Amino acid sequence: MDFSFTDKEQGFYEELDEFLTTQLPTDWGDKPIRWPHDYAESPMKDDKDYEVARAFIKKVVAKGWFTISWPKEYGGKGYSNVEQAIFDERMSYHRAPGGSSGSIAAGIVGPMLLRIGTVEQQQKWIPKIANADISMWLGYSEPNAGSDLGSVRTSAVEDGDDYVLNGQKCWSSGAHKADFSWMIVRTDPDARKHQGVSFLIVDNKTPGITMRPVYNILGDHSFNEVFMDNARVPKENLIGGKNKGFYHLMKALDFERITLVGIGGFKRMFEELLDYVKNNTRNGEPMAKIPSVRSKMADIATNIEVGYMLFWRTAEMLDRGQDPNVESSALKVVATELARDMAEAAMEILGPYGQLTEESEYSPIRAMVSRGFLESISATIGAGTSEIQRNIIAQRGLGLPRV
Amino acid sequence: MNLDLTTEQKIMQASAKDFLAKHCHSDVSRAARDAEEVYPLALWKQMAQMGWMGIAIDEQYDGTEGNVQDLSVLIEAMGAACAPVPYFTTVVVCGTALQQSSNSLLKEQLLPAIAAGNLVVSYALIEPGNSYGFSNINSTAIAQGDSYRLSGSKLFVEYARGADYFLVVAAVKDQGLALFMVDASSEGISLRSMPTLDYSKQCEVKLQDVSVSAKNLLAIGDEAMALLQSVEQVAAVAKSAEILGAIQLVTDISVNYAKDRTQFDQPIGGFQSIQHHCANMAVEVDSCRYLTGMAAWKVAQGLTAEKEVSMAKAFVSRAGVRICKLGHQIHGAISFCDEHDMHLFLRKSQAASMAFGDADYHNEKVAQSLGL
Repeated sequence: MDFSFTDKEQGFYEELDEFLTTQLPTDWGDKPIRWPHDYAESPMKDDKDYEVARAFIKKVVAKGWFTISWPKEYGGKGYSNVEQAIFDERMSYHRAPGGSSGSIAAGIVGPMLLRIGTVEQQQKWIPKIANADISMWLGYSEPNAGSDLGSVRTSAVEDGDDYVLNGQKCWSSGAHKADFSWMIVRTDPDARKHQGVSFLIVDNKTPGITMRPVYNILGDHSFNEVFMDNARVPKENLIGGKNKGFYHLMKALDFERITLVGIGGFKRMFEELLDYVKNNTRNGEPMAKIPSVRSKMADIATNIEVGYMLFWRTAEMLDRGQDPNVESSALKVVATELARDMAEAAMEILGPYGQLTEESEYSPIRAMVSRGFLESISATIGAGTSEIQRNIIAQRGLGLPRV
Repeated sequence: MNLDLTTEQKIMQASAKDFLAKHCHSDVSRAARDAEEVYPLALWKQMAQMGWMGIAIDEQYDGTEGNVQDLSVLIEAMGAACAPVPYFTTVVVCGTALQQSSNSLLKEQLLPAIAAGNLVVSYALIEPGNSYGFSNINSTAIAQGDSYRLSGSKLFVEYARGADYFLVVAAVKDQGLALFMVDASSEGISLRSMPTLDYSKQCEVKLQDVSVSAKNLLAIGDEAMALLQSVEQVAAVAKSAEILGAIQLVTDISVNYAKDRTQFDQPIGGFQSIQHHCANMAVEVDSCRYLTGMAAWKVAQGLTAEKEVSMAKAFVSRAGVRICKLGHQIHGAISFCDEHDMHLFLRKSQAASMAFGDADYHNEKVAQSLGL
């Protein structure tokens, strides 16, 4: 095994790190409030920060880094997947907005279009995605199709040049802030359930689409219920062939499981916690001297290292032309459960101060731990629960039977 | 970045697995356990013919000059076979200590003999009441002309009754610790068996005023401490690799068993409770593989590796036993029987987790590396 970067990769790492250090406001690290990283757009305390974020994303686009591993003819830089991973790692470490980790369009839909879209579809959508001009949400879950996505019922019926959509999506993260949906719909009600679904790109502004906000465990408006009532979507927006959707969905989920990790965010959050532990006392004793604190911190550090290994593995496999399907599930389950474990350990390390929900002189690390304690539940469920990941690892990875 | 083995390592791994499958299957372990012979000499000699003893020894001493990564590949294969030979203590621990020492006369005398499979050397560090690390060493070495006189008691000395030499750690007044190569047939040495979980035929080695030539001094003072830490590092990586070999095999046989074993009219591997056990095992084994790989790579590159080595040993030590216990659950009652191999891996994983620093010891070292 060789864990070193090539000279080119190392050079990119340093250039990117320098860029992030100089181009983000110096206090930017304190702005995003996600544990441990931003998936989609992080809630901000100040509206002005959203503008800073959008301006910064444009700078990333100008550098050509927003779609770094895409082929050059599609507005990418043609970099390797390890370089893409370096980009995701550094961006998430700096809590920078606009990493492809933070963009469903660039991290999931773009790569899918490059794989399965027609030339016309690529020409239509890819430049807009590459320029960060449009954003997207994932229209997968429905009230009766969660882990069992083959059961989606939202119907798309051909009528002239359109599909007419009727149905409901739920747990639609960020749908209210996005422009388009990458939506899976039923195009053949008579086929076996996995063989009658297709992907459509659906404009949020389509007449007949309405949304209702759903407030999450933290009180944030992150989810939506989205209703389609005779919403007409042009047939040209069907991606990857009619009734082929479930096959593509598996690949799209692989991308999601890799891009959502934001591995650098773990390191950054840990460093914040480490800094606190080194500089504070409990019951008159330096926290750094408390054996249980030392042990927990070492455990977290080790498990973050595991997350990093599994993260680099997916990139290294992609560069070798291998398909990290089971490996992306392993990464997803380890990283998201680590986010939860890290919050629990931090809560124990900080004692009663960990539970504070608003910043004050008594709240350690920006009152992030109480947020993390609640927020980290989410990622172990979204993009396939931990249990679904374990099914995938057992069935697809180890060849155990589906019964 | 390339997280695979090199072509040479793959060839070595295949040949090692093939050899061990033929000559070191689990019945060999059971027979060795019950035999009078300290270790199966014929197997040992065959391993030497395969070139295994010299893998980490310089070419000038008849070795093949491999690095810690190469060594780990071999050790992993031996861990999967629970090989009942004094390889670890002779080659990994004492071989590394000799290789890294500055006593060239002793290296010329002993390293070719180790590479040829003609020498067994056992490491003698731990003392009554001590566990890991190098503090509180009470064995003494007193200089007397051009020799030293060693006294003390050493515990957990593997395959001691088959050893030609003991590598003894003792304190020299005003000079700190020192490492001596002590002829096992020296007057004043007595052995007492200390049977342990993994059948490695350990002993207490008592030294009473044992005369050792100054020529047999490997290192003293700061040099000795550096050597001890370096040996501990290599041994911790290699122990992680040994556990990795055992738990990869446990995972493989458990998954296969789950596919074959039928209950309630279906393979038990169709039940999600069993599937999730298997998935957890597979993910943890991979985690162990990359942590160990990272540690071995850093050591082989000569990079600072304290943190990575301790992360690997701490994590793998805990994961090993955890995975074995899941293997027992999947196999059911048969795995509680001597005739089944599961217990060999459970024994190996627990014993290896306690060798060269357990999870707590290495976790504390990680904390220190973090600046705590």
